[in-house]
Amino acid sequence: LPGHPALAQDAAARTVDQVIAEFTGGAAAAEGEGVTLTAPEIAENGNTVPISVEAPGASAILVIAAGNPTPGVATFRFGELAGNQAASTRIRLAATQDVIAVARMGDGSFVRTAANVKVTIGGCGG
Amino acid sequence: SNRTRALAQQSLTQDQLLQFDDFGNLTLIHVTDAHAHLTPIHFREPDTNIGVGGAAGRVPHVVGKAFQQMFNIAPGSPEAYALTYPDFAALAQTYGRMGGFDRIATIVGAIRAARPDSLLLDGGDTWHGSLTSLKTGGEDMVRVQNLLGVDAMTSHWEFTLGTGRVQELIKMCRFPFLGANIYDAEWDEPAFEPYRIFDKGGLAVGVIGQAFPYLPIANPKWMFPEYSFGIREERMQEVVDELRAQKVDLVVCLSHNGFDVDHKMAGRVRGIDVILSGHTHDAVPEPVLVGETIIIASGSHGKFVSRVDLEVQGGRMTGFRHKLIPVFSDVIQPDAAMTGLIDEIRAPFKAELEEVIGQTEAPLYRRGNFNGSWDDVICDAILSEREAEIALSPGVRWGASVLPGPITREDIHSVTSMTYGQVYRTEMTGETLKTVMEDVADNIFNADPYYQQGGDMVRLGGLAYTIDPGAAMGSRISDMRLLRDDSPIEAARSYVVGGWASVNEGTEGPQIWDLVESHIRRLGTLPARDTASHITIKGLEGQ
Amino acid sequence: MAENVKPRVRVPKTASAGEVVTIKTLISHPMESGQRKDKDGNTIPRSIINRFTAEFNGTMVVDATLEPAISTNPYIEFDMTVPESGQVKFTWYDDDGSVYEDVQAIEIA
Ligand SMILES: [Mn+2]
Ligand SMILES: [Mn+2]
Repeated sequence: LPGHPALAQDAAARTVDQVIAEFTGGAAAAEGEGVTLTAPEIAENGNTVPISVEAPGASAILVIAAGNPTPGVATFRFGELAGNQAASTRIRLAATQDVIAVARMGDGSFVRTAANVKVTIGGCGG
Repeated sequence: SNRTRALAQQSLTQDQLLQFDDFGNLTLIHVTDAHAHLTPIHFREPDTNIGVGGAAGRVPHVVGKAFQQMFNIAPGSPEAYALTYPDFAALAQTYGRMGGFDRIATIVGAIRAARPDSLLLDGGDTWHGSLTSLKTGGEDMVRVQNLLGVDAMTSHWEFTLGTGRVQELIKMCRFPFLGANIYDAEWDEPAFEPYRIFDKGGLAVGVIGQAFPYLPIANPKWMFPEYSFGIREERMQEVVDELRAQKVDLVVCLSHNGFDVDHKMAGRVRGIDVILSGHTHDAVPEPVLVGETIIIASGSHGKFVSRVDLEVQGGRMTGFRHKLIPVFSDVIQPDAAMTGLIDEIRAPFKAELEEVIGQTEAPLYRRGNFNGSWDDVICDAILSEREAEIALSPGVRWGASVLPGPITREDIHSVTSMTYGQVYRTEMTGETLKTVMEDVADNIFNADPYYQQGGDMVRLGGLAYTIDPGAAMGSRISDMRLLRDDSPIEAARSYVVGGWASVNEGTEGPQIWDLVESHIRRLGTLPARDTASHITIKGLEGQ
Repeated sequence: MAENVKPRVRVPKTASAGEVVTIKTLISHPMESGQRKDKDGNTIPRSIINRFTAEFNGTMVVDATLEPAISTNPYIEFDMTVPESGQVKFTWYDDDGSVYEDVQAIEIA
């Protein structure tokens, strides 16, 4: 049985809502169109889970891991030479959870989406 | 044996088994999941193969009598023996062993004689699963594949030989090792040849390889840390589109996804004509049509060869004719050249393979969602040889069956051989045990096939439990009890647990085949016992 | 201070004017989260790459804030528009004050 990434609980950790509010300045983020988050159905390794975010026309995208002891993951700000408003990275996920992306769009509005990633102990197959 | 040969030949002939009215302008030949079984074996098909969600009641989640009825198979017939479990041990006395690569060579040769423009595609799980493949590091199988004239393969257990060995063997292969979904883990770029275009009788046939998506989860990722896998549906679509842009006449996906994953993928990726499906070891007598894609599943352990004749016109498949050919070893004449190679491969290990370790009163088998009788023997061996309270054994689908009578060392290796067979001994709390069982159950019974890893439930020894496969993650397992004293498993208590096939690096302990061998030697004869009586399945009333 | 910190990048050597190219970056770094304990039970202090930037001829392409949930050996991939021949400058900022840089030239072909 493989070990799970052990991220200890941090009592001072900000909540998911707090992290999002800090990014949006308290504005509401609508669920849906405009932002895409690509992640594997099942993580091959909870210590390094590849994710990609994309939001055409966005100025920034916030990524959070709702089920980690501290939910913050990364914020990507796109400059004028960004080929598109997209980025990929690899992240740590402590357990099966939703990864959330919130994009600040060109007009100042916010959209969000989520993808569930399963972090499994693993079985054995055919 | 001579006896089964005489009996089998009374009801079957090679001509009957190979009979096929040629159709269309291209033939595909599919073999998969041989697990390095070079010689004929007995293999009992599952008595339990629960389908969840949309897969309930649909092939391959139909077994036994229901399967016989679905495909109009008479009980006691050769087809019933080959494809279903009822009366297995008795029918084995009539119809004998199945498989053997020298018989497969005869079948392939006959198909090629009729159809020179055939493609022979190997779905993987070929280099692992026997004493000879373990001792030769898979080289025995590459030699057999080369002689057989395999045109392309994909992979799963191959990677448990480790990256270095896989790369060495690929160099020996006279055919491509395809995997569109295998990526370099560091730079996220394709790491293997994704497809090959074959020119067959004027047709351009694109064959895409799809390796087992969950290799780094189901098997030790430290053995192949360079690679990342995954279903990668978008990648599959991209590769199909690339082939279509090159104006191929046909797109074939040589897949090790497992049947349910292939079924879902067929409904979502556009432009695949044929999926040759492997990994879940299902022998399905008819193609399954999803949209305009057909899925072919060809069993395991060399028991079957699929022949698929296709009519290909205007860049697409317009018709098909198919036969799942059962490899009755007493009826199909062995190919002399292949027999020679197999004998040569086995010669250095002959005495070791054939040594009788003990006897069994009941048939030993594994395949099925829950403990088979072989699994019970392995769990008993772990409990007694490692003085554990609870034994865990992986729910793999490979391993041949043994009829009442002698058990050889080769038989033991057939159900245990692997590159990480150490038997560990550790302590686990009741809570951890429950978590492990729930986790594995969800990897098998998740209603979304993309979350299924295509194995069977972890085998438990020393522990009784109730499972509700259709329940949600975390609430399938209940009423866990220690068989030793019938006490309820306590979440906070620590239990001594023995198990094998850990995916953790540095696992220590004796090899499982040695441990099973000493257990069988000590008992001499394994008595018949009530298999899986400690597992209660609920929630299946509707199936 | 993190040891053997080594950036690696994959940047095309040439592009056509206005082309969008994919850039991949890796930096070998433990990304110590500050949440692990050593074998004596003491918390191992946080030590991560907390910011990454990419500029082309001085113009910002991407500016990323990274948290401890980013994996060991941080990997960042993004696309960049190449308006002219020039240099991409990558900068990684470490918690310990170290700054790591890499510069790659792209020619308009
Ligand atoms: Mn297999
Ligand atoms: Mn497999």
